[in-house]
Amino acid sequence: MPNEPKHIVSSFEADLKRLHDMISAMGGLVERAVADASTALIQRDTELAARVIEHDPKINAEQLAVEQTAVKLLALRQPVADDLRHVIQALKVATDLERIGDYAANIAKRSIVISQTASHIALSGLAQMASLVQQNLKLAIDTVGESDPQKAISVWRADQMIDDLYNTIFRELITYMMEDARNITPCTHLMFIAKNLERIGDHATNIAELTYYAITGENLPDFRPKADNTSTYIHTLNQ
Amino acid sequence: MELVSQKSMSADHALPEALRTAARSNNACVSLRNLNFYYGQTHALKNISIDFPDRQTTAMIGPSGCGKSTLLRVINRMYDLYPGQRAEGEVMMNGDNIITPGTDLNRLRRRVGMVFQKPTPFPKSIYENVLFGVRLHEKLSKAEADERVEWALTRSALWGEVKDRLHSSALGLSGGQQQRLCIARSIAVRPEVLLLDEPTSALDPISTLKIEELVDELKRDFCIVIVTHNMQQAGRCADQVAFFYLGELVEVGPTSQIFTAPRERKTQEYITGRFG
Repeated sequence: MPNEPKHIVSSFEADLKRLHDMISAMGGLVERAVADASTALIQRDTELAARVIEHDPKINAEQLAVEQTAVKLLALRQPVADDLRHVIQALKVATDLERIGDYAANIAKRSIVISQTASHIALSGLAQMASLVQQNLKLAIDTVGESDPQKAISVWRADQMIDDLYNTIFRELITYMMEDARNITPCTHLMFIAKNLERIGDHATNIAELTYYAITGENLPDFRPKADNTSTYIHTLNQ
Repeated sequence: MELVSQKSMSADHALPEALRTAARSNNACVSLRNLNFYYGQTHALKNISIDFPDRQTTAMIGPSGCGKSTLLRVINRMYDLYPGQRAEGEVMMNGDNIITPGTDLNRLRRRVGMVFQKPTPFPKSIYENVLFGVRLHEKLSKAEADERVEWALTRSALWGEVKDRLHSSALGLSGGQQQRLCIARSIAVRPEVLLLDEPTSALDPISTLKIEELVDELKRDFCIVIVTHNMQQAGRCADQVAFFYLGELVEVGPTSQIFTAPRERKTQEYITGRFG
């Protein structure tokens, strides 16, 4: 890793680098899937949505490849200390990325329904949330292999804004549904889309936490600013 | 809120202050404070302070010439056999500083057993090998001697393999068996501390695992200090690991911490193979 002397066994060094490159490549695919799914939703582009769904198995295959490489490395090289932490990080980040890929595919599926039914509902809130999530996801993926834990901490903290936006969209969608029962189907889909984006944000913070662990050997505290309070939200008619 | 702790990775191999001033642990069997050792003009151990807790295994790791074996030689005062070698400081064992001139060396070596890199059986029977040290210190009846031999060989996981040929030559045993016989000979005098200097470096993997299993078993009764060049071995059998470099104690800590998140950069570079 950066700022460290090279490993005496250069093939071990090469194995570690390959694992890191695989994560970067997988991260690229996942970033792309989230970006395309968001664009497909906002621009009501069903073809793009179909492509995102089609490409999801590729991400799953990448996860499998990362796992196999990491298991082989653990078995044959018996890494310790920061080498061990970086292998563990790769294993867990691959799982997070695979989940993010699933959420992107789910957003793409729902965006096809939206483009066919709800032409009148404004998507600007979701567009804003999607762009924030993408930004944070990119930063999170970029932290992998970094040596500065402060960058991981700032990604970890930035999730708060995504949660706030999610709360706003949640309330907004409920208002639409109350206005007109015909909005219920598209708004439910939109609500799931917002939830998917919010979960992607959470996985991005997981990646940042794993980076922090890989660099320092310590865990970030449990009390990450968690601001999604929709699970306890009750809407009353007088509100 | 500052989340990144500054304590991680202090400059090079400087010994953290906390380690120097470490409080003596309550269950320490051997406790070193500010130990310095000289081979003539050469300063081989520099201000070492470390505790070896009772009924635990401490592994000492570090590159060749870092002072690990020298430290073992201090604990049973083997250096006394060579002129020009001297130790300064404190090596406390149950209240006695064993490096003071008044120490009874015969008694000390009964309290501190040692096993070397290569098996060193005497050209005698298995039975006589086990009793060799015992006979120097104790008068045993035939029955007591038999009992002691069986106890030591059982504890060193050799009894089953040799019980039918106790009176044949120890030189007929395999390398792994000879090494376990040497461990049996060391524990037969019922020492408090067992020093193992790379005990498996000349053994095949299965014999190595048998010795490691034995170490695990023996630490119930003894304080064990093992010098090893095999990092995985230190990970497998030690409770605490101490890393030495150029005669200094760089870091000592619980095994899991040393191998997952060492505090010192030098330790990390050594155990991950990024050294020098």
